[in-house]
Amino acid sequence: MAFNYDEYLRTDKMPTLWCWGCGDGVILKAFIRAVDKLGWDKDDVCVVSGIGCSGRFSSYVDFNTVHTTHGRTIAYATGIKLANPDKHVICVAGDGDALAIGGNHTIHGCRRNIDITLILIQNFIYGLTNSQTSPTTPRGFWTVSQKAGNIDPTFDGCKLAEAAGASFVAREKVSEPRKLEKVIQKALAHKGFSYVEALSNCHINLGRKNKMASAMENLDWIDSITLPKKKYDALSEEERINYLPTGVLKEDTEAEEYCDMYEEIKKVHQGLRPKITPDDFKKKL
Amino acid sequence: MSKMREVVSTGNDLAAMAAVDAGCRFFGGYPITPSSEVMHTISDLLPKVGGAAIQMEDEIGGICAAIGASMSGVRSLTATSGPGISLKAENLGLAQMAEVPLVVVNVMRGGPSTGLPTRVSQGDVAQAKNPSHGDYKSITVCAGNLAECYTETVRAFNLADRFMQPVIVLLDETLGHMHGKAYLPTQDEVKAQIKPRRTFDGPPEEYKPYGVPQDEPAILNPMFKGYRYHFTGLHHDASGFPTEEIETCRKLIDRLFRKVDEHVDELESYEEFMMDDAEILMIAYGSVSLAAKEAILRLREEGIKVGLFRPITLWPSPEKRMFELGQKFEKILSVELNMGQYLEEIQRATGRKDIEKLVKVNGRPFSPQDIIDKVKEL
Repeated sequence: MAFNYDEYLRTDKMPTLWCWGCGDGVILKAFIRAVDKLGWDKDDVCVVSGIGCSGRFSSYVDFNTVHTTHGRTIAYATGIKLANPDKHVICVAGDGDALAIGGNHTIHGCRRNIDITLILIQNFIYGLTNSQTSPTTPRGFWTVSQKAGNIDPTFDGCKLAEAAGASFVAREKVSEPRKLEKVIQKALAHKGFSYVEALSNCHINLGRKNKMASAMENLDWIDSITLPKKKYDALSEEERINYLPTGVLKEDTEAEEYCDMYEEIKKVHQGLRPKITPDDFKKKL
Repeated sequence: MSKMREVVSTGNDLAAMAAVDAGCRFFGGYPITPSSEVMHTISDLLPKVGGAAIQMEDEIGGICAAIGASMSGVRSLTATSGPGISLKAENLGLAQMAEVPLVVVNVMRGGPSTGLPTRVSQGDVAQAKNPSHGDYKSITVCAGNLAECYTETVRAFNLADRFMQPVIVLLDETLGHMHGKAYLPTQDEVKAQIKPRRTFDGPPEEYKPYGVPQDEPAILNPMFKGYRYHFTGLHHDASGFPTEEIETCRKLIDRLFRKVDEHVDELESYEEFMMDDAEILMIAYGSVSLAAKEAILRLREEGIKVGLFRPITLWPSPEKRMFELGQKFEKILSVELNMGQYLEEIQRATGRKDIEKLVKVNGRPFSPQDIIDKVKEL
């Protein structure tokens, strides 16, 4: 029997505002399937999004949903999660949203290792606002704000998340929807901050002016710059600069999760345990 | 007669205690002088009662976390000072638009910019009226003494839930750091006063969070209880879903005004001190009113009959009462620790341009003598 997406969608709000052929719909479907596999009650799930095409993600799904200001998804989600530690909180943000204007919250969400999943829709451009340079736009690409060619160095969000302390980091692409669904499912099930970078096409506002004006051409380009982690690891340092690794890049199930630690803070103040000291942590500075 | 208790504390600590007594269970903030002690104190108090306090990575994160927690149904607080309000402004706007209750304690210091971080000012009064872009009605209350740092914070939580929007509590550096005796209502009495936000109890498919009468706030059920709906800072319809439909957009903003404008009687609050036989009217608020009262007592010893009108709810202003007073008194003096930010509102409400002003913007408080000297010049 075909999977019934309607059970998780606000079908009366369809169609989406995403362009024809946009990869965001693939990510939406992968997310829904992952939630379904985990068997979560819809009432226990909160989806928080920011501004951009990705910002509309939250409005289409039949969960508790929040469409916040530009870049602030993780900050809102942190409040929701810390006040409701037994619920599932998911952020959906774009590369401009979570790596530029909201970069600080991304860093510190990762650092706290709070049990939130961030699905970062990475399409290498500001799509909704018509082709401005994002932190992930490849150098030399045409953008509307750098028509002579982008000179800004490109940001690797997965490396950032890993270095900042996220305990789960993965990258997948919309041309591999089953793999995408699997990493999202793993990320959702992971306790701690999980960062999933979902590479998506924006043939309209990235591709059109960069010689990949159709969805297929844009997806082919994404395929040409990605390699599964195993193959990527086998490359030399020099060869690696041309590729982004896909798959699960980091999985640490030992790291202390923030809400769990906050429960210990409560116990201290309630006189149920002594104060927290450096000895309470596995990893000491 | 209600029972009172005597507490020796500071304004900032009293605001934190008030929040917890009023049922606040979440705090998100960021260190900033002179308000940090609110965070320090509530960080000890909240985990004790099962709540949570978090120091976020910046001022914006502080208010966003607090709004997020409030969206989920938990009474929430953030505290800051002027520069922090400037940073939080966009998200105050989201809380206005999505109608999320929140209390924001702003302990005012000298500005603009970094200004005078450890000195007193009332420079954020005009900002409090419209901190964010766009059209909406702010609610701002202003504590005038130590006890009110507590009681106005309690009131702010009830107002936030009644009107479903942020409420700013203005303290100033003098009150925030003043250490002294305050007579407060008991915790039981405060608890009994708590009026939680309204909820919809019917079938979820009939729930329209923003489908309310034109003079009423949204009815936002807590999250995770079977009523799955959408929050957004975009213009939205009765279900909370974004829309650009012309009439829906107009009605939304009209309602954000009318839900406040048509219920100002529930918001209005002011004090009148020695007004019965007064010949000169003084208007002052916040810690300035303490010096003003002392000045009035001393002036009366010399036979100069001055009375004080002290607005407690600054926005919306007690405009009706100010109009009446403008008709009654020939000589009116406005005293503020800014260049005359509230004077403009007094002029508007009274319709008079001949109101005298005494202002100070060097980070120092008024002494009673400053005020006495000015009154004698009138």
